[in-house]
Amino acid sequence: MTAACAARDVVAGLLAVEGLVAGTVPFSAVDGPGNRFVVFLQGCGFDCLVCHNPATIPAHPRGAVRTSVGAVVDLVARDAQFLTGVTVTGGEPTVQPEFLVALLEALAVDPRTAHLSRFVDSNGDTDADLWDRLAPVLDGVMLDLKGLDTERHIVLTGTDNYRVLGSLTRLVALHRLHEVRLLLVPGINDADDALTRTAHWLLSLDPRIRVRVNGFRHHGTRAVARDLRAVTDTDRERYRAVLTAAGVEDLTIT
Amino acid sequence: MSGVVAYRAVMETTVRVTEPLVVTGPPVVAERPGVMNGRARRQTTDTYRAEVLGCVTDPALTYRQRVQRLAALAEGALEPPAVSAACRAAQAAGVVHDMGEGPAPYRPRYVLPDYALALAGGAAHLELEPARDLDEALALLLAAYASVPSITGYPVYLGDLDTLLEPFVDDSVTDADLDRRLTLFWRLVDRTMPDAFVHADLGPDDGRVVRSLLRVDRRLRQVVPNLTLRVDPVRTPDALLREAVLTTCADGKPHYVNDPMMRADLGPDYGVVSCYNSLPRGGGAYTLSRLDLSASVRRAVPGPLAGRAGAAERVERWLTEVLPGDVALTAELMASRIRFLVEEARFFEHDRFVLDGLVRRDRFTAMFGFYGVAEAVAALLAPGAGAGVSACLGGDAFSRHGTRGTQRRYGLDADATALGQRIVAALADLVAATPMPYCEATGGHALLHAQSGIDTDLGVTAGARIPPGSEPPLYEHIRAVAPNHRHVPAGISDVMRFEPTVAVNPDAAVAVIRGAFAAGMRDVTFDVEGNGFVRITGYLVRDTDVAGVAAGARHSSTFLGAAALENQHLRDRVTKCAPQPPGASGR
Repeated sequence: MTAACAARDVVAGLLAVEGLVAGTVPFSAVDGPGNRFVVFLQGCGFDCLVCHNPATIPAHPRGAVRTSVGAVVDLVARDAQFLTGVTVTGGEPTVQPEFLVALLEALAVDPRTAHLSRFVDSNGDTDADLWDRLAPVLDGVMLDLKGLDTERHIVLTGTDNYRVLGSLTRLVALHRLHEVRLLLVPGINDADDALTRTAHWLLSLDPRIRVRVNGFRHHGTRAVARDLRAVTDTDRERYRAVLTAAGVEDLTIT
Repeated sequence: MSGVVAYRAVMETTVRVTEPLVVTGPPVVAERPGVMNGRARRQTTDTYRAEVLGCVTDPALTYRQRVQRLAALAEGALEPPAVSAACRAAQAAGVVHDMGEGPAPYRPRYVLPDYALALAGGAAHLELEPARDLDEALALLLAAYASVPSITGYPVYLGDLDTLLEPFVDDSVTDADLDRRLTLFWRLVDRTMPDAFVHADLGPDDGRVVRSLLRVDRRLRQVVPNLTLRVDPVRTPDALLREAVLTTCADGKPHYVNDPMMRADLGPDYGVVSCYNSLPRGGGAYTLSRLDLSASVRRAVPGPLAGRAGAAERVERWLTEVLPGDVALTAELMASRIRFLVEEARFFEHDRFVLDGLVRRDRFTAMFGFYGVAEAVAALLAPGAGAGVSACLGGDAFSRHGTRGTQRRYGLDADATALGQRIVAALADLVAATPMPYCEATGGHALLHAQSGIDTDLGVTAGARIPPGSEPPLYEHIRAVAPNHRHVPAGISDVMRFEPTVAVNPDAAVAVIRGAFAAGMRDVTFDVEGNGFVRITGYLVRDTDVAGVAAGARHSSTFLGAAALENQHLRDRVTKCAPQPPGASGR
């Protein structure tokens, strides 16, 4: 009796947690395995030159509305029969860690949504301990690696990559890394030797690591990124050749 | 001359050739220029000769198409089976439509031979020996196909091919062998059959044949044959559905059906044929006539719906005072045609498939088609009484889709959608309570079918579909139409247009298919943007064939599809892409 009441209180507490949600998409074929409900959280600690979604960077944009975990779970539940899972992205979902944890826990305990897989799409710039907290209710993470080289990482994102590398290492250890995504910008972070070193480091974590290369495109970016060159098919062929030669077997290039 | 103008010119020629010569007996509504048209009635010997001459000299028609049309012209010289004056008037008003089947039915519209019987035991009258290996099985099927009678002149049903062929595929047949043989088989079917109403069924179980046929189909990218995959939530694995989705992305096929729902309604021995018409196997459908629900409302405006009644009262009056009568008139037309086929043409006394037991009369039924739900809803809900309804159905508001210009649109407005569902349910009750001769296979009544239009339909939407261009987002679309599906055992289709990106993640479509069936859909049909194929009613046309239609087309369905594309605005279908959240466009 007391235990049941306590459990109800815990769930009620989860559902009441509020966060800044930039938007939701009920149907996506490009945010992880199968058909996914996507939750975009507001705010990101990086300030990427090449951000495809700059409106979601500010932590507290004017007019942003706080949303409860319960409201998001209800939205997911309504469409649950069509879904493979839920992906939380952003912005950067880990900048609202309490909301992120509460949302995944609530999705895991609600009988309407418990069968859905729970994925996070992250830049990895968070304390690795957050992944320990999430692991019991998390199926996989798609993690962006903007560069193995710290100097280049700072040029691209305004921030060093120490926490990103820590997140990657921890997620592999927790068996929660779904794939690592390399955002390659011609002339900035796509040199052959950089790709080879990146591949070797990733393979040292997991010899069967799944790698997805997202070649830079101008779509959605700010004016500052327009001077950068978008990838061509020739670039993509080179990426495939270099990464394959370095030993990456599970490779997707878009 | 633009492609469209050139095409128009061809169609004008065609229309002149097959237009009803009229008019003795009942008034005749505009006829389709298709090869199935048989309602031309002789006015004078001279004009009849001109029609025949026009047919045999039409440069856009192949030899086979001319033969088919000549047969229709000959049949069209006859009077249709007698019906009441009220039934004739309903046809003249466009409320009841005979699908241009011709006035003297001498073969059932759709025939579904039980090919398994022939493979196992042979067929004496068809002179077929039992098959002992894969080659013999394929040869037997091709020989049988050549003799199947149907409305199109060629089979609309090739059988549940994986179930039929799997027993002949043992370890001695490699996958490469299998692909090669089935490629030849598929090519032969496409090259020898006249249109994309030829249909093969697959599933629900996984196997080597179904995998091979899906591979072969997406490599050959033919419109013939049309394909259905029967899906069972347990028996059909995700891996098979993934293969099917990849084929759908490449060429628009297969169409997916809810196997448990079909079995519950039709028994385990059913087939999906032609567009998406589900019928008893070993039998078929004598005939398909259809009721235009929007025309039914329109015709009632000066009568039972006259006056300044509100929408609620108009709906009640139409459902109780008008619809039952129009259902009875449609049924009368169907019954007259069935009796002619069985009692006058005596099909079941002479056909070789019957004599060999591959089809049986007591496995035949009739299809009661309906269309124009969206426009019927708009007309019933139109603000104001009689005059308002007329305005909605008359002028510009009705010129494109009959729902344009009205606020409460079927598929978008909850009340309008609920009314559409109520109409379909009411219609199903009426049809189930209407006796139909020789339909003991299905409880003595016809089976309801959401008829998805013919090429010449203007301003009226197929079946219970939401008009192209005003479909809501994916899940709302499914939720709006799914409640209709359980009422329509002979098949209903709502087309979901997808982005081609689904090909990189077929599991997304697999989840949608499973979810749609869980939501109560009977049939799930996709149209994938940019793959070079368009799904018309249930059949497909290839963009390249449509582009060249002015010079003729090998498949007669291409003529029909080209006209339907234009008349029914099928290119307006809304693509189900993810709506972007405010200020976010993905990472």
